Amino acid sequence: MSASNAKRRIPWDSLAVFPFVLFAVMFLFLPTLSLLGAAFTDRAGNFTFENIAGLFTDQIMAAYWISIRVSGASAILGALCGLAITLAIIRGKLPAGLRSAVMTFSGVASNFAGVPLAFAFIATLGRLGLATIVIRTLFGFDIYRQGGFNLFSFWGLTLTYLYFQIPLMMLTIAPAIDGLKKEWNEAAQTLGASTWQFWRYIGFPILWPSVLGTLSLLFANAFGAIATAWALTGSNLNIVTVLLYNQIRGDALQNPGLGAALAVGMILITSLANVIYLAVAARAERWMK
Amino acid sequence: MKSQKFWAWFVFALGAAYFIIPLAATFEFSLRMRRGEYSFDAYASVFSDPQFAASFTYSVLVGLFTIVVGILVVVPAVYFVRLRMPWLRPFMEFVTLLPLVIPALVLVYGYIRLYGSSSLIPFTGSVLGTDILLTCAYVTLAMPYMYRAVDNGMRTIDIGTLTEAAQIMGANQLQIIGKIILPNILVAILSGAFLTFAIVIGEFTIASLLNRPAFGPYLVGIGTNRAYEPAALAIISFIITWGAMGMINVLGRFAPRTSARTD
Amino acid sequence: MPAFLEVQNLVKSFGTNTVVKGVNFAFDKGEFISLLGPSGCGKTTILRMIAGFERPTSGAIRVDGEDITHLKPNQRKLGMVFQAYALFPNMTVGENIAFGLKIAGMPADQRRARVDEMLKLIGLPGFEKRYPYEMSGGQQQRVALARAIAPKPRLLLLDEPLSALDAKIRVSLREEIRAIQRDLGITTVFVTHDQEEAMSISDRIVVMNAGNIEQLGAAHDIYNRPETRFVATFVGQLNTLPTGVIPGISGERAIRPELISLAPRPETDLTLTGIIADLHFLGSVQRLRVDVGGTLINIDTFNNQTAPLHRGDTVTLHLAQKDLLILGA
Repeated sequence: MSASNAKRRIPWDSLAVFPFVLFAVMFLFLPTLSLLGAAFTDRAGNFTFENIAGLFTDQIMAAYWISIRVSGASAILGALCGLAITLAIIRGKLPAGLRSAVMTFSGVASNFAGVPLAFAFIATLGRLGLATIVIRTLFGFDIYRQGGFNLFSFWGLTLTYLYFQIPLMMLTIAPAIDGLKKEWNEAAQTLGASTWQFWRYIGFPILWPSVLGTLSLLFANAFGAIATAWALTGSNLNIVTVLLYNQIRGDALQNPGLGAALAVGMILITSLANVIYLAVAARAERWMK
Repeated sequence: MKSQKFWAWFVFALGAAYFIIPLAATFEFSLRMRRGEYSFDAYASVFSDPQFAASFTYSVLVGLFTIVVGILVVVPAVYFVRLRMPWLRPFMEFVTLLPLVIPALVLVYGYIRLYGSSSLIPFTGSVLGTDILLTCAYVTLAMPYMYRAVDNGMRTIDIGTLTEAAQIMGANQLQIIGKIILPNILVAILSGAFLTFAIVIGEFTIASLLNRPAFGPYLVGIGTNRAYEPAALAIISFIITWGAMGMINVLGRFAPRTSARTD
Repeated sequence: MPAFLEVQNLVKSFGTNTVVKGVNFAFDKGEFISLLGPSGCGKTTILRMIAGFERPTSGAIRVDGEDITHLKPNQRKLGMVFQAYALFPNMTVGENIAFGLKIAGMPADQRRARVDEMLKLIGLPGFEKRYPYEMSGGQQQRVALARAIAPKPRLLLLDEPLSALDAKIRVSLREEIRAIQRDLGITTVFVTHDQEEAMSISDRIVVMNAGNIEQLGAAHDIYNRPETRFVATFVGQLNTLPTGVIPGISGERAIRPELISLAPRPETDLTLTGIIADLHFLGSVQRLRVDVGGTLINIDTFNNQTAPLHRGDTVTLHLAQKDLLILGA
């Protein structure tokens, strides 16, 4: 083969994918691996399990636990409410125009998270919030003093998170509900099934993998959230993201290795939610193409 | 049948109440700055704050850079993987799932450790470097959404056939991408862009930990110091998000449709 | 004996649009009935009213003497097969077939026996553990049929069950459906837009157009003695011959292509001369288009091995006056 023919073709394909791979490595893989390494390294640079062991203190375990509870509650409630509303809109024979309006609103609300959302709920359900005052003047009931409610608590945070969890559920589950064919319902009816029996044996089993997938997404979404909680409660509520945030800002735990372990623990929990989903989806996939 | 419709309306009304009351309450609250009467004083106060303009401009700029970089990273990759390297698809799906699984807070912690001033690539060693790092972090954060938007767009137009048709007519690789693929997936890209913008504009965690004067940290500062301005800012943020999402909706009407759609 | 399936003055309007305009028919137990017509003629709406998915604007539907007009679909004890199979994707073939039995409260061991019986009947024994996506369209539709008849419904409704299938499977499955139907003696209403399909398997056919019944009768009657112009043109091929084509006859006449031959037959008493404008070789049959003084006439003749025909040949057409149809309104 002569040298003149050896002019190499420019490898466009690899060149085009290179930036994507570079991004994945620099901004996803390496940072995660670096934290993983730090979680198992002591100050002197030796391998250790001490950081992991250090997680098992009351404060850190309580933080994980509250985070898991808030994320779990807001994911499950968000999924249930989102499913109910989407079913009402798509299958409940409501006016057709309503659907596109609601879905557009869901797109907005699912992105209306973070700090402004906290402001909105303070203005609504804070001690001086409109809803708080209206309920007190109309019904003579103080949700704070008599109802034991506190926006800066577990239920307050869960209620706030639902504002983006429900729309996210609606957006992801709507295509699955659209996929339920009208004929399945009709076939079930001619075979004698009631509406409830249709949902019990056909509708919900078919939706189940999608619901579960969204549930794990909602869980991770709430578990990693910090801006809303931070703006709402400052450092009042001891959730794991706030703890990690303080650690990053000023080494609150006085041990960088412990901070890394805290972060690795978070990844572990959100991954676990995903693995559970994948396992169930794989079982359901027996009947899916 | 009657009761089914009743329950549908009932559920819808409950949901609507949950979503509308906070907005109404926030709006009402934002008007109460002047004692005894409704006024837009809180909004005037927000708009006259130079910090508002500065942080908002900064976030818009970072948002624009994020969109440009995001497009440059995602579009060619999706195109070539769809066309020539389908075996890379599972990898791309995995990568674009990661930002949804790994919390942003954890990622930024990793960045600070990896790219500190004494590291090999000291992003955080300079202001410009930190701005670049912030942009890259946002690109990563928005990657799942940009990827899905572009991937859907390319599936709709069947890029394989389009590319082959263009090649037969003698177009080169650059002409194919620039004159055929891009115009056809423009709507999809723009949808991804507006979604990116909505995510980036009020982002707090990463900007605050990288100490950049973005809109998100500014909001938190106002929240701790003022009473009525936060409500006004929440309404303003809601309108901005609505604008970005509304643009996606409007754009959707111009999206190319093909009869070959199977989904 | 009173009719088993009876429809009286059935009307259905959607807003101002009336799609079924006062339809009456009555059929006996065990009959195979086809509702035939072009899309939008109201045939599917009638089937869906019998099934209970649409509420009639007025009129009554009776099955075995019982007025079912206002019953819910799940109280009617009917079986239905849909165009797109509509098997439940999350259930195996066995679970699909057993679904109606389970809802009816049949014990598990009896269900299993009935499923086995059904699978044998449709020629798919041993398939009960498969999922619908693992089967071909024809197999899925057979399972859908088994699912519909497993609970022993009073009436079987078939909504264009063959139109999603390949041509070959369509023919074999329709024969199978007919055989099973005859075996079980189950009264069946079959909706189709394909006249060949309707004629090949029905005891009686209801030809519909624009919400009205055009003609009701056996396939033989409908083909040979069409009562309206619509029936004559919709069912089978037809040549319309304007005044002047046949010497001595004034007024329009029509004739089926297979009733014209190139050689005289004992009953033929008319001849026409024309030039072959086009010819299609269809295997056993040859379809000619003959230009007779400017009017194109289609003729189906059997394939003649010894004397092939060519375009431009002049031919003589033989037909019988008794075969000529006078088309009404």
